[in-house]
Amino acid sequence: MNAAPALGTAPIDAETLEAFVYEEARLIDEKRFDEWLDLFDEDGLYWMPLTRGQPDGINHTSLFHEDALLLRIRIERLKNPHSFSQHRPSHCQHVLQRPRVETRDDEAGMYVLRTPFIYVEAQADDQLLLAGVSWLHLVRRGGRLRIRLKKVELVNCDAALPSIELFP
Amino acid sequence: MRPYRDDPQRLRALVREDRVHRDVYIDPEVFELEMQRLWRRAWLYVGHDSQIPEPGDYYTTTLAREPVIMMRGQDKQVRVLMNRCAHKGAQLVSATHGHCEGGLLRCPYHGWTYRLDGSLRTIPLRAGYEGTALEETQAGHGLVGLADVVNYRGFVFARLSPQGMDFADYFAGSLSSIDNMVDRSPEGRLQVAGGVLRYQHDCNWKMFIENLNDTMHPMVAHESAAGTAKKLWAGQSPDAPKPMAIEQFLPFVNGYDFFDKMGVRIYPNGHSYTGVHFSIHSAYSAIGEYEQRLEQAYGAERARAILGEVRHNTVYYPNLTIKGAIQSIRVARPIAVDKTLIESWTFRLVGAPEKLLQRTVLYTRLINAPTSVVGHDDRHCYRAMQEGLHAQGNDWVSLHRNFSAAERERIAGDYNGTSEVSMRGQFRAWATLMESGS
Ligand code: FES
Ligand SMILES: [Fe+2]
Repeated sequence: MNAAPALGTAPIDAETLEAFVYEEARLIDEKRFDEWLDLFDEDGLYWMPLTRGQPDGINHTSLFHEDALLLRIRIERLKNPHSFSQHRPSHCQHVLQRPRVETRDDEAGMYVLRTPFIYVEAQADDQLLLAGVSWLHLVRRGGRLRIRLKKVELVNCDAALPSIELFP
Repeated sequence: MRPYRDDPQRLRALVREDRVHRDVYIDPEVFELEMQRLWRRAWLYVGHDSQIPEPGDYYTTTLAREPVIMMRGQDKQVRVLMNRCAHKGAQLVSATHGHCEGGLLRCPYHGWTYRLDGSLRTIPLRAGYEGTALEETQAGHGLVGLADVVNYRGFVFARLSPQGMDFADYFAGSLSSIDNMVDRSPEGRLQVAGGVLRYQHDCNWKMFIENLNDTMHPMVAHESAAGTAKKLWAGQSPDAPKPMAIEQFLPFVNGYDFFDKMGVRIYPNGHSYTGVHFSIHSAYSAIGEYEQRLEQAYGAERARAILGEVRHNTVYYPNLTIKGAIQSIRVARPIAVDKTLIESWTFRLVGAPEKLLQRTVLYTRLINAPTSVVGHDDRHCYRAMQEGLHAQGNDWVSLHRNFSAAERERIAGDYNGTSEVSMRGQFRAWATLMESGS
């Protein structure tokens, strides 16, 4: 985030952490995907499990389990004029409940935030409504916060779903 | 115009040897007839027996929209029972997977109980039925069970109609694709694992099934997904180890020549597979230890033969498609003329390294999930056809590619991979299975 002042080594207050969560969702909703991807740590992961309490995304299928490379593929595809499923572009909106700092480790600069959300993804006349809880695992690196893990637990993760083309 | 039900000629005229009428995809009456005729006479995939390992375990699904229970009996046998109480019709069980405590199915409404084979066991206040004709009806006997169920190496198939073709005749040589998937386990055993993806499609079921051996679409429809992956990877040095995801994406944008040379093999009754000679799964890197374990189990020569068979998609018409080379299957569940649910299941090769399960789990997420960039464009194209076919002025869907008069005598055999012969084979089966009569 270009304008944000570099973070020192002092504990990061809740307001700054919350602001990060709001900004993260806003970048998706405004389709500023390059800036969004830039929030992720190099080893960052965007994970949406397929079942409740799913232990991992390696031995069990997930809806998303995307490292930086797979996220980059998605984002570059969205810019490709031959992404036919996006000729009627999808639009999305997150509505977030106030995030809560669930765990903090100021020394290591690691924070976990829990944010219940409602998410709407619309395409032409179709509208998909999803809800769930989003967990952001953040780390302070290079003077700013970065995402180590964004885990999105959908209320209906195991339901039959139509396409989800953006990022809940 | 008379309805298709009462006009066999008109129904038959929907299918020609090299094209089909758009009504086969968009007419609700044709869809209803498909459910009553084709889907009842065909052998349908129900589930895998590893989903119900113990007596009393069950799995529920639908066959041609009818609710069924796949049940493991006390005798270990797998049965398929209609999920409909003999009393007033309530579904007996509603969970997808479950276990019958005490070896009994008990209806949640008035508490009639059934044995695991479906026979009626008890009715509360049974005396109330004395002197009635209950015993003379199905209600007095219990659940309706399907007489025609075959467990082929763990894959459970059933036929809804009491009349129809024999299992062996229906599938003939096409079962070799299931054999290859099972043989890839050093113990010759598969286990459903990794979860099930359930993806809603706004299209007729046949569009999905036809697409599985449509090799003229990946380089077009999937250019945005796989082409992007290819471009992003292009900057890497040639000896950089390819992430599995890249290995799986890239072949989708192989050229026409690749898909043509891959070949397609056609069987009677609508079954087919692409990848007779090689496939998009051929160039995956070897997984250490796996080959040794296979060699120990089968001997070097046989192990090589098993791994050398790298088929693309096999279609078991009308509801199952499998990928033996990566142990995943897709099951089509028609809901309406323009609505189909596609389920994607993955398998563990028992006795093989877990890395193989990880590979199929990755593949199914990248390609078959509601979140898949490959799936998005496929689904878009199906829906585009579903909507486009409402245009009048051209009633016909072309299936001419590589049609030859020789197919009139015998359609089964090997063809070039980009031929539309697999679709012609499906519609040839369609026309037969849609005929009136039982
Ligand atoms: S409907 Fe099942 S007992 Fe009455
Ligand atoms: Fe496709």
